[in-house]
Amino acid sequence: MSDGDSESLITDEMRAHVGQEGSPTTYEVDKTSVRMFARAVGQTDPVFYDEEAAQAAGYRSLPAPPGYLGTPIFDPTQARGGPPTGGGPQPTRPLNRILNGGTEIEHLDDICAGDVLTARSHVANYEERKGSIGDMLIVTSKTNYTNQNDTLVAVMTGTLIRY
Amino acid sequence: MSVTWEEVSEGMELPELKKNCSTQQLVLWAAGSGDFYQIHYDLEFAKSTGLDGLIVHGALKHAFLGQLLHDWIGNEGRIKRFGCSYRGMDVPNQDIMCRGKVVKKYEENGERLVDVQVWTENPEGKQTTPGTATVRLA
Repeated sequence: MSDGDSESLITDEMRAHVGQEGSPTTYEVDKTSVRMFARAVGQTDPVFYDEEAAQAAGYRSLPAPPGYLGTPIFDPTQARGGPPTGGGPQPTRPLNRILNGGTEIEHLDDICAGDVLTARSHVANYEERKGSIGDMLIVTSKTNYTNQNDTLVAVMTGTLIRY
Repeated sequence: MSVTWEEVSEGMELPELKKNCSTQQLVLWAAGSGDFYQIHYDLEFAKSTGLDGLIVHGALKHAFLGQLLHDWIGNEGRIKRFGCSYRGMDVPNQDIMCRGKVVKKYEENGERLVDVQVWTENPEGKQTTPGTATVRLA
């Protein structure tokens, strides 16, 4: 992978970063955010909008629609306009563009409005590839979400392509 | 009405779900998901990164396929695992067909499980977002 004329994108610091858990982040799930997410997708099931319908269907409150794992508490000192880079140490050459490569979510328990989730992430793998868009750094990260009762409710694996 | 365990058979197709995103929906999604990357709503910005135009968020297509699964299994069922890859870009104002097919029906640890293959398809018939899921039925 790193053979050839061009230097590898992956540094020793990045290799050492693999598996290192970042600081936990708090994600809130509330009725307004569930409705907003469901509306953006175009969900039509009333359980995502009407708490009575949700409870009649057996949920504690509005259930999180598929793909929704809460909204992080906004921190104005961390605000930035660019794409997410996955954080952590940076590659040997700047890669300013980013594409989402894939998302996988394993659900272990229900997530409903009123839940407060703690997310703990780490980079699981760095890989480099040459593609039609040039040098690509493929970053696979894993995030574990636990709820207010310390129950692991979801594990998300995300793939970001930086190029 | 959602599907029952008895109705499920290997090879059966899920009822399809047709999506077609306006740029307004992409802005709604930006707010709902917290992904404000400008390639999804600022044409000039998108072009400056080398794209031909605006593109639909990958995670929105993931959520579309999540809706396909939810509508199929209903509130008695649960999605246990669901993942997809963003292989091809989709653009606003163009149909995105969400489809799925049952791969395996089985019982494990007292749970009635179904493995399904899901994907989004563009008007040329190309699968832009292939994925797999495991759902639990009542």
